[in-house]
Amino acid sequence: MSAFIGDWHALVVLLVAGVVPNQIWRMLGLWLGGGLDEGSELLIWVRAVATAILAGVIAQIVVQPPGALASVPGFLRYGAVAAGFVAFALTRRSIFAGVACGEIFMLAGQWWFG
Amino acid sequence: MPLPSLDSPQWNSSPRAFAFGVRSVGSTILALVLFATYLGIGALAHDSGFSLAWTLLSTLLVWAGPAQIIVITTLASGATIVQAAIAVTVSAIRLFPMVASVLPMMRTADTKRYRLILVAHFTAVTLWVECHRFLPQVPRERRIAFVHGLGSGLVCVSLTANTIGYLLAENLSQTLASAILLLTPLSFLFSTARNSKEFADVLALVLGLALYPLASLLNSGLDILLSGVGAGTIAYGVHRLRARP
Repeated sequence: MSAFIGDWHALVVLLVAGVVPNQIWRMLGLWLGGGLDEGSELLIWVRAVATAILAGVIAQIVVQPPGALASVPGFLRYGAVAAGFVAFALTRRSIFAGVACGEIFMLAGQWWFG
Repeated sequence: MPLPSLDSPQWNSSPRAFAFGVRSVGSTILALVLFATYLGIGALAHDSGFSLAWTLLSTLLVWAGPAQIIVITTLASGATIVQAAIAVTVSAIRLFPMVASVLPMMRTADTKRYRLILVAHFTAVTLWVECHRFLPQVPRERRIAFVHGLGSGLVCVSLTANTIGYLLAENLSQTLASAILLLTPLSFLFSTARNSKEFADVLALVLGLALYPLASLLNSGLDILLSGVGAGTIAYGVHRLRARP
C-alpha cells in the first residue's frame, strides 16, 4: 500500500475512483435535472442500494478496523455502536448524542479494561 | 447571528451575500457533524497509509464523505481501482437528485448554466439540507453568491478537520487515536439513520450492516458491492411487496 502513496499512482486512483464517479452525477444533475421525479421506483431502488453500500462501509470499519482502532477489543467496538444507538433513539434522533455516547462508552471501556 | 431581512439594502452586493454565506456556517449544527466526520476521515487516511496532501485534495475535489471513505477503505483492504470506482459510482448516484432539486431554488430566468457549476460541486448532503433552511431568507438574485460562501465555508471547516485528524492520528496515544477513528462509523451511521425517512431506506441500512460480515466471509474482494446491492435490492423488494394493496 504505502509504495504508491504520494506519487502519481495515488493521484490517478483519486481521480478514477473518487473524483470522476462523483462529478459525473453532479454534472448530470446540472444538465438533466429538470424533469426528475423524486418518488420514481428506479430512484427508490438506487437510494436503497446506496444506503446499503454505506452501511457496508460502516460495518467494515467496525468489524475489520483500520490502524489504531484494531487495538480496541471487538466487544467494545460493537458495544460503542449499540450504546450510541440507544442514545440516538432516546434523544429523538440526535446525531451528536449518538456519537458522544458511543465515544464515551468506548473510552470508558478502554480505561476500565486497559 | 440572524440574516438581514429580505428587503434589506445589505443584500445589494454579491461579496456581502458571499460573506453572509460564510458566516452562516457558524449557525449550523451540521457543521459540527461535518467537522467530526472529516476529523475521522483525516485519521482514517493516515492509518490507511495515504498522505496528508492526498487527503486534502480528495476533500477539495471529491467533496462527499461517504465516497472518500469508500475509496480509502476499499483500497486499503486490497480491492482494485475498478471495484472502488464501481462502489463510489453507485454511492454517488444520490448526488444526482440532490443537485437536480437544489438548483431550481437559485435559478432565475436568465441564469446561465455555467454559473451553477460550482454550486453543483458544493452540493452534498450538508449543503443540500442547509439550502432548504437558509435560502428562503435570501433574495433569489443573491442566492448563488450566498451558496458559494456557505459551500466555501463548509469546505474550509472540513479541510481544517482533516488536517487536525491526520496529525492527531500521527501523534496521539493509541486510545485517543482509536476514538477519532470511531467518529467516522458513528457519525455516518447516525446521520444516515436520520436521513432515512422511507421504510426502504431504513431496511437497507439495517440489512446492509447485517449482510456485510456475511459477504466478507466469501472473501471475493467485492464484499461491499455484494452486500450493498444484495441488501438494497432486498429492501426494495420488501418495499414493493408492502406497497401492494
